[in-house]
Formats: sequence, structure tokens, C-alpha cells
Amino acid sequence: MSAAQPVIVMQGIVKRYSIGKPNELEILHGIDLQVEPGEFVAIVGESGSGKSTMMNILGALDRPTEGHYKLNGVDIQTAGDKELANIRNRQIGFVFQTFNLIGRMSALKNVELPMLYAGMTARERSQRAAELLDLVGMSERKKHQPNELSGGQKQRVAIARAMANDPSLILADEPTGALDTATSRVVMDLFHKLHEEQHKTIVLITHNPELAEETQRVITLRDGQIVNVRKGAGVHGRA
Amino acid sequence: MGVLDNILMALSSLKANKMRSLLTMLGIIIGISAVIAIMTVGDSLTGSITDSMSGMGASNITVSLQKKSSTSSNSDGGGRVLMFGPSNPDEEDLISEAMITEYRSLFGSRITALSCSENVGSGTISQAGVSGSVSVSGVNPDALTVEDLDMITGRFINEKDNTQTKRSAVISDYLAEKLYGSVEKAMGEKLEVSLNNDVQVFYVVGIYHYDTSSSMMAALSDSDNLSTSMYVPVATAKKITQASQGYQSVTVVGAAGEDVDTLLSDTEAFFTSFYTHNDSYTISALSMKEMLETMTEMLDTVKVAIASIAAISLLVGGIGVMNIMLVSITERTREIGTRKALGAPNLAIRIQFIIEAMIICMIAGLSGVLLGVAMGAGAANLLGYPAKPSAAACALAVGFSMVIGVFFGYYPANKAAKLDPIDALRYE
Repeated sequence: MSAAQPVIVMQGIVKRYSIGKPNELEILHGIDLQVEPGEFVAIVGESGSGKSTMMNILGALDRPTEGHYKLNGVDIQTAGDKELANIRNRQIGFVFQTFNLIGRMSALKNVELPMLYAGMTARERSQRAAELLDLVGMSERKKHQPNELSGGQKQRVAIARAMANDPSLILADEPTGALDTATSRVVMDLFHKLHEEQHKTIVLITHNPELAEETQRVITLRDGQIVNVRKGAGVHGRA
Repeated sequence: MGVLDNILMALSSLKANKMRSLLTMLGIIIGISAVIAIMTVGDSLTGSITDSMSGMGASNITVSLQKKSSTSSNSDGGGRVLMFGPSNPDEEDLISEAMITEYRSLFGSRITALSCSENVGSGTISQAGVSGSVSVSGVNPDALTVEDLDMITGRFINEKDNTQTKRSAVISDYLAEKLYGSVEKAMGEKLEVSLNNDVQVFYVVGIYHYDTSSSMMAALSDSDNLSTSMYVPVATAKKITQASQGYQSVTVVGAAGEDVDTLLSDTEAFFTSFYTHNDSYTISALSMKEMLETMTEMLDTVKVAIASIAAISLLVGGIGVMNIMLVSITERTREIGTRKALGAPNLAIRIQFIIEAMIICMIAGLSGVLLGVAMGAGAANLLGYPAKPSAAACALAVGFSMVIGVFFGYYPANKAAKLDPIDALRYE
């Protein structure tokens, strides 16, 4: 991957849902967005602004109705289901609001999951998963199942899982939405750490303006359109 | 991702719902164990019947007189009845000494023995307060080979016994020991046999070994009152029964290396040629092999019937598996969504759930086989047969239950694979 190539290039993205022929629902009305490697970007907006749809398209979970979306130079529009699965596996690390850890599996096994689908050997998987849990400060809880972990701990395991296949983009959808302020702080610090030390490209989707302010660029969505792009206060803005 | 990973994943999800998994398996466990139990008992039964029948000589050919099935012109109004066993043929209808002599001269090199016997009936012998049952048969010397008897002491019925219509008798060691205490003491003893409201006197000239363990009769009847065969000269037997000359049936033993089927058809053709102008009777030849085959066919039919009942119970069990898989997939919608978001292709999801269904069915199948073999062995022991669990049936049962897993797991697995990741992630 050349440093010059942007991670995300979106041009005129339109997403329409057809709920019966006559009344089609257009959620996104032509989004243009470019994210460079190593950027930490926040997408903010009120509910109904199209954030979730934006996140689905960014995460290659859905294809746009119109426009072009290139992730690391690969056109998502023309990719098949199998190819999309592969892109999600290798290029994207998801962090969800509700953590979405798998209940019957230990923290270590949860982190191993994306590597399992990437076809890594069991030895490689458990070694890398242990390293990643160490990175997020969870090496003491490797064998714990999600129901034995607190919310913040779960989210840290989820972030380790997002890092599993060393993705070019970490996509965090309201990662602190289910956490209290103190725990949110820990999680945000972790994102900053990944950004600064690992030079990860991170897109944070949130409705919390304070958290958005910590990033390098804040993109505001309203009614399916980008209405404002400005520089964030950056890492130094936080307490 | 490997099969092993899938198997481990399936086991952990089964462990998470132990009770539910057990109940789901129960249908298949019951179906499989019932079949295996019945198969085990059936095979044990077949095995011991086959053993005792082949002990009688699989290469034996029985040539017997058979009433022709008459359609019209039959004055006695017998109609279309095919009759076996005792009927009342006239003397000219019977298999004559002349036919047998001619047969011997033509087939002499192809047979090792030809026995013609006359059944006298069942009798009892009393000796010093002890009584024994016998079934008395008049035989010729060849019966030794035909009946495959193992002489312990003395001699068998010989030609001289027949030509002189002697009162010689060959009895079983079982009877000898019962009446006289030992085989040696019985030799030469005078036997007074109550036969058909008459008392007949015989002298013991030889004793054969009666194999109680392999005999079907021994297993089925009360061992205290076992009836064994007593052999007397056929000429003497004819005199006692005042039967007409000739025989209703003769038994032939093929020479070593002689093909039983060929000999059978040649023998039948030979004897039938004497009956072409006989309106009432003809000849039918049957080998022990054919009788065994008939019996095996019959038992196979029973097995097919059992298998179809089993198929129904497995179908019901399979539907249970499908139902629980559908429930499980609904419960795990978010998990499926997460897996897809993390990059699981549809195929991986489909395989995961098919393997899970297969594992349920395989564990159920194995448990069913173990339970079935245990029940079958118990039942066979109770009936007094050696248990013979069929390895093929067990392997087939486990294999078949896995096929059920694939079949009934496919639809739920496919449903899971086709879930939209966005909807699945949002599912509450």
C-alpha cells in the first residue's frame, strides 16, 4: 500500500431503500469523502442523519446505490459478497457500541475469530491474539468469557479483535455509547494510542461532540449530506 | 478455517445448551437404539438357526414326492392345493427301489451317500424308573453320512441289518447316559420302546454323539425331556409300520467338489422323468442351501420392515434437529451478524451450522448404537442365544444419522448463511 493512496475515496454516494415502488427512501444524497492513511476522523450527526447507513457502506456491509466507493483502491460497488467478506476480514476492523463479543468464547478466542476466517494456523492465532490483548491491557483476562468482563473490558477486547488482521481502517460505531464517562476515557485513550503508536486510520462515528473534538477532523452529517468539515482540536484538546 | 475449528465450535455451543441438546438427540437415540437392538437380536437368532441348519449339511439334497396341483379333471376335488408332507400316495406313486438303484448306477460317482428313510414315530423308553423320548427313524447305512453323525462307540446300521430286518438300534449318547448312566453300559442293551400303542424291542448296536449346544431343538425344548433320534434299519421300520414298498423322500449327499445346484437339477430331472405320466404326483428336489436361503429371505423381509419403522422415527428425530437448529439460529442472529462483519463468508456460516447439526446427530447416533447393542445383547442373552451385534449395522446407523444431520441441518444453515449482516447485527 503506497502512502500516497487514500484509504477511503467516496464520490457521489447515494443510498436509497425501496419500501414499495412509489415511495423510495433516499438516506444519503451524494456524499464525497476522502480519508488519508493515518488519519483519525470523526463523523457526527443526530439520529436520522444517515450515520448508520454511512457506517454500513464504509464498513463494506452494504453497497451504495449510486456513486463510487474505493477502499484502498478496491471498488466496493462491483465486489461480490465473497469479496466483500474478504475485504471486511482483511481491511476493516469493526468496533461496535454493543461490543458484539461471542458469548461462549473466551476473550482470546474472540480476538482469534477474524484470524480464523483469514485462515491462520491455531498457533499463529493464539500468539497474535495474546499480543493484541496485551496491547489493550487485557492480558490478565485472556481466559475470561465476555459475561465475566465489565463493559470497558469488553470494549477493549473488541478493539483487540478489530486489530486482529492488521486492518487499514478501524471503524468504530459509537464505541463509548454504552459506557460511563470514566470508561469512555479509557477506550478513547486506547484509540489515540492506536492512532499515534500504530499509525492506524480510524473513523469514529459518534453523536458525542466532545469526543469528536478530540479527533483531527470532524465531519458533520445532516439529512444525508455532509454539512460541515472542520479541524478537530486534536489530541491536545483532551484533559 | 478448518473442520476441527468447526467441530470445537459446535461442541462448545452444544455444551452451552446441555439439556436442549440432549432432548434434541433423544429422538435419534431412541430410533437408532431400537433398530440396533432388534437387529442384534435378529442377527443372533439367524446366526444360531443358520449354524444348526448348516450342521445338518448344506450340501444335502432332499428329493420328495409332491402332489401335483390339479386344476380340472381331479375327481377328489382337491382343487388347487399344493400339498407337502404326508399325503396318501399309492404304492406305484412312491419312489421305488428300482429308481434308486438306477439313480445310484447313473450318479454313483457324483454322490457320496443316498439315504432313504421311513419315519416310524415318537416313542418312549423306560428303564429303571427313568424314561427317555426318542423319535424313531428307519434308515439305510448311508444315513450316517447324510445325517452327519459322529459315532462314539459300536457301529451304525449296516446292509445286513436291512436284508435280515434285524432289531438293531443306534441311540444318542444323551439317551444312553440318561437311561444307563454311561455309554459303555448301554451297549448291547435291550430297549423296549413304546411306539404307537405297541411295544417294540430293539438292541443297542451303536451310540452317536448328540450335540446339544448347536441344536435348535435343544435350545427350544425343555432339556429334561429332550427327544433324540433313534435309528433302526429301514426294512425293520417298514415291517413295523406296514408301509408299502418305496419312499416318499430320499436324501442325497453330493460328492466333494460337486456343484450342489447342478446336482440338484440333474437329480430332479432324473426322478421327474418317472412321473411324466403320473397325474397326481411329481418330484421336487430341495437343497439345504435353498432352505437356508428361503429362511434368510424371510428374515431379511422382517429386517426391511423394522428398517422402515426406524426410518420414520429417524425422520421425526431429524425434524426435531431441524427445529432446534432454527431456534438456535434465531437466538444467535447477532452472533451470525458479528461473524459476517468480521469477514466470515456465507460458506463458512453454512458449514458451521451443518457441522453443528451433524455433530448432534453423530453423538446421538453413537449413543443410540451403544444403547442398542447393550439392549440387544441383554435380550439375546435372555433368550439364550449368543449376542451377535452387527458391525455393519452399527457403522451404517452412525453414518445414516450423520446424513440426517446434513439433510436436516442444511435448511437452517442456509438460512443463517443468507442473513443480511446489517439486519443480523441490529437484531434484538
